[in-house]
Amino acid sequence: MKAEFTIPVVTNIPVTPSVVEGTMAHSRPFVAKSDHQSALGFPEELVEDWHDRALAKMKELLGKYRSLQVFMDSCVKCGACTDKCHYFLGTSDPKNMPVARQDLMRKVYRRYFTFAGKYFPWLVGAVDLTREVLEDWYSYYHQCSECRRCSVYCPYGIDTAEITMAGREILASVGIGQKYSNEIIGKVFKIGNNLGLPQPAMADTLLDLEEEIKEDTDVDVRLPLDDADAEVLLVTPSADFFAEPHVDGLIGYAKVFHQAGIPWTLSSHASEAANFGLFIGNDESMQKVAMRIRVAALELGVKRIIVGECGHAWRVAYSYWNTLIGPFDFLDPDYPAPQHICEATYDLVQAGALKFDREQNDDKVVTFHDSCNVARGSRMGNMPGGQFIIPRALIRASCNHFVDMREDSIQEGTYCCGGGGGLLTDDLTELRVKGALPRVQALHEVIEQYQVTHMAAICAICKSQFTKVLPFYSLGMDMIISVHQLVGDALVLGSKQ
Amino acid sequence: MSTVTYLYAGAFYVAALILVLGVARKVVIYARTPAPFKIPTTPAPTTMPGVAGRMFRETVFFESLFKASKWTWIFGWIFHFAMLIVLIRHLRYFLEPVWVWVAIVSPFGVYAGWAMLIGLSGLWGRRFLVDRVRYISAPSDHLMLVLLLAIAATGLMMKYVWHTDIVAVKAFFLGLMRFDLAPLPSDPLLLTHLGLVVVLMAVFPVSKLLHAPGVFFSPTRNQVDNSREFRHQGIRSS
Repeated sequence: MKAEFTIPVVTNIPVTPSVVEGTMAHSRPFVAKSDHQSALGFPEELVEDWHDRALAKMKELLGKYRSLQVFMDSCVKCGACTDKCHYFLGTSDPKNMPVARQDLMRKVYRRYFTFAGKYFPWLVGAVDLTREVLEDWYSYYHQCSECRRCSVYCPYGIDTAEITMAGREILASVGIGQKYSNEIIGKVFKIGNNLGLPQPAMADTLLDLEEEIKEDTDVDVRLPLDDADAEVLLVTPSADFFAEPHVDGLIGYAKVFHQAGIPWTLSSHASEAANFGLFIGNDESMQKVAMRIRVAALELGVKRIIVGECGHAWRVAYSYWNTLIGPFDFLDPDYPAPQHICEATYDLVQAGALKFDREQNDDKVVTFHDSCNVARGSRMGNMPGGQFIIPRALIRASCNHFVDMREDSIQEGTYCCGGGGGLLTDDLTELRVKGALPRVQALHEVIEQYQVTHMAAICAICKSQFTKVLPFYSLGMDMIISVHQLVGDALVLGSKQ
Repeated sequence: MSTVTYLYAGAFYVAALILVLGVARKVVIYARTPAPFKIPTTPAPTTMPGVAGRMFRETVFFESLFKASKWTWIFGWIFHFAMLIVLIRHLRYFLEPVWVWVAIVSPFGVYAGWAMLIGLSGLWGRRFLVDRVRYISAPSDHLMLVLLLAIAATGLMMKYVWHTDIVAVKAFFLGLMRFDLAPLPSDPLLLTHLGLVVVLMAVFPVSKLLHAPGVFFSPTRNQVDNSREFRHQGIRSS
């Protein structure tokens, strides 16, 4: 794969780079155009009084989020987080160390909101809010995928994601939003999904998929749309409808529902699980995007809501939905609301409702990439850490050959794919390739040691990101697959025994 | 009564007020600021006792720091634990009669003083030796360590080199607490030690020392992972 930048070298053991200042200072995503901004209620371009409005917004957010207020004060610069961010590990740019990324805001916070920074700015590293600082914010708050890995290691639990979200919200509120995220949120408002896929196109796609399954298996597996008789509303990332390898995951869900005899449906009104409102730190957008799903569930009269394989969508669904669009008292209380597709499949496996022919996946040696938002921002099942156990149980149920990657690169220590948090855009390709280094390095280890052929994931962003960046590291783009592809391929369809 | 006594008495009253009111103000701000969403860093405990356990491990064993960096953890933990023992030893200047458990712990305070020096030196060394930590260190980060090192060093020097009249020192502090001033010995070492402590108390609420109350309000650590079971409506609650 040719690139206009230097692709990092994959070493045999993980390496913490020496600090090299400014290596990524040039990296910045396209700025949102005026209509992307106005659709979300943000100013169309940089406002004249940006300085005062940015500070007023910061003050508002400090009073709105305990996390931000406590995190601004608590950091002692111990350095625990400095070698934990995949973007630092991949770029050597010190401003990609979580503490330094936080400090971009903290030094402004100190200058205007603390005694020490007001009167002794040189002592505590406080600075005025200038255009240069604002540019730095735009650049480096779009070099954080909000994956929360730093928050695992911080002795005060400081979560850089919270600060990045606040940074982006302040930027957007003075007129410099990010094109990729804001444009997508606008599409969800207007059409119902990130891709701007209208209802007829969706219906066609689903029919095609039904035919494809019929050809492959000779079984009539349905993918219903807006079916008012359904018990389950499946909300999944729209990439599942057509992108590879996502679509094989969707086929997997359909086969599971078919085999378990669960009447389910997709919704054209809520044909998208993703919620980029989280990424830009804008609660109003997040709530508005999420509300479509409540509305669809009520209109269709379903008893359960199940969320497909999507990392941040699951975080929003699991952690935020009940607050934003709850309560879910209209759903069947016997099932968690919402439920993850992996939880649903796992329960069916536990109940003996599904039969697998693992040999169907014998051509693969599989490893599992824990997606950051699932790992550190949510849960599955009824025990802490179920989000690690359940997907692996599904892979083991459908594959004979499974190995895990290095311990500090999985589960709560998992590395982000490098494309999360609203960074999955071509204008950030260099960042995405470099940010994938720690994951690719750990993957490289298991390829060498166990001849791993595939890496399964439960996140649309992870799947798209790896499809794009693995070739830069001379790995096949088809190495990345959906967990429910493995499930679907091994699932024995037809009569139950 | 000397000028020095009045000066130090006044300084301690002012510093104590700044410390107590300043930290109380911050705690009130933290408590009143809403935590609108569930954001525990998962896997997180699913019950309140579980969260209490997590917070205990975090504040007593520095669990997250242990996961992050063994060097920072060992120096940081030695420093903090040693400082606790030293503080307990110093309670004898404020108690009459001295509580039994304070009397039992007190002898260890001397070794703890040395341990503080070791821990602080290790933490300071990292600010020079590790390029990443060097990059993030502001002057105040160095000065805070210098301040604590100087307090520990002057304290130890009074123990080993130039003794002071600790009976008079105790009388001074008991007098402060009873608003009935007693003279403070004017050895330079003692005055330096106490002067630095006054500075430490006064900067506490306007510095990164706020990590001490802050950790208890950190939503990623103090929230129960039960967002599906209970509808979190986060105004003024965690």
